[in-house]
Amino acid sequence: MPSDRRGFLLAGAAALTLAPLRGWALDADQARALIDTALGEVYQVINSGQPPARMYRDFESIFVRYADVDVIARSALGPAARQADPGALAAYTQAFQGYIGRKYGKRFREFIGSRIEVTGARPLKSFFAVTSVAHLNGRAPMEVEWHVSNKSGRDRFFNIIIEGVNMLASERAEIAAMLTSRRGDLAALTADLQAAG
Amino acid sequence: MHPLSLAARLALCLALAGCASKPVMQDGIQVNDPYEAQNRRVHAFNKEVDRRVIGPIARLVSDKDDASNEPGAMDLVINAGSNLSLPGKIANSLLQGRPEPAIKNFFRFGVNTTLGIGGLLDPAGSDFGLPEHDTDFGETLAVWGVPEGAYLELPVLGPSTQRDAAGKVVDLLIDPLYHLLHRDAAWAAFGLRVASKAGERARFGDTVDSVLQDSADSYAQLRLIYLMHRRHELNEGGTAIDPYAAAGADDAIDPYAE
Repeated sequence: MPSDRRGFLLAGAAALTLAPLRGWALDADQARALIDTALGEVYQVINSGQPPARMYRDFESIFVRYADVDVIARSALGPAARQADPGALAAYTQAFQGYIGRKYGKRFREFIGSRIEVTGARPLKSFFAVTSVAHLNGRAPMEVEWHVSNKSGRDRFFNIIIEGVNMLASERAEIAAMLTSRRGDLAALTADLQAAG
Repeated sequence: MHPLSLAARLALCLALAGCASKPVMQDGIQVNDPYEAQNRRVHAFNKEVDRRVIGPIARLVSDKDDASNEPGAMDLVINAGSNLSLPGKIANSLLQGRPEPAIKNFFRFGVNTTLGIGGLLDPAGSDFGLPEHDTDFGETLAVWGVPEGAYLELPVLGPSTQRDAAGKVVDLLIDPLYHLLHRDAAWAAFGLRVASKAGERARFGDTVDSVLQDSADSYAQLRLIYLMHRRHELNEGGTAIDPYAAAGADDAIDPYAE
């Protein structure tokens, strides 16, 4: 009996320790799958040979489908997001996603003939980090890390870190500077964003 | 009060004010920029140099290069220049106590100097799986425990830190290449290195242009990008921003903050 009980206790302890691990593993696979799918669509656009303006719109729609645009836009705006009224915030978010589509879409030429290989996923803080390596023509391979969360209710990425350069941090600085030059006027910033990128 | 003691107190105040500029958290990373005013003047100068001189030349060269599919003159110059940088990188890896990258760069140098016709081509990278392992004396100093120091923007050379700027000077002095070559050859090698750097600037021209010319505050943007990238290279801390945690904190009402 004692040995049975010990076995039971051990099994219970093992189940308790393994359960969260299994939970993590499942989510890490989902996070990885999300980035794989999103990248597949990005490369379809890059290799489509469409006119640039059309590509930027396609990149924007991919961004909207796979990224948590609300949280990215809000985080980029910083403390000002707290005071903003919902209508103004929604208009800003709309302008922000177009700006991101154009700004990052303009870099597409560098990715023609390249490939990005997803190499792994691991839990980090309250979310997941999906790691990948970008093989670009004539350059040393670049590390690209994607941060994926399901806090919005769906799996979405909210940050891209290319060789240490953090998109969210960089956009926070940029949006803060744009807002300062407009003396904190969110509507004016939104108008600027529609033309920027 | 004795005038001298007053002067001493004033000097002490000034010295303390100089030290008082502690690193601050900005956009999710630590920024230590006590020389910001001076740096911004240098940045304005660099931006102007880039817009008027480097950018146009880079565009001219890369347009010419794009016309043909074969490796252009620019690629050859970039290859040859970076090949000549390898002895210095090998020396730095050894100073850091890292034999593996030193050995890889040693074989890379051997392969590209011979099969790659004096470094003009890059068979080591394309056929032997030996890409360049980048390092410098700034990294050596970091490995030795020297702190990063203040952020600096150097004329023409661009963003740096006190540690990296010191590293650049030492790199020029310790580069084995310049000690092995005659003076004229050393100057030629140095010229090729500079041309190679300019070629890289041309190759990444669009990216540099977009940061420098399209940012609302290109100084702050460049500083942020440089520090994040450099710290990543030196394994000195990544930045994992959790906007969900931040959003939660934002939503909490703090009556004392009003």
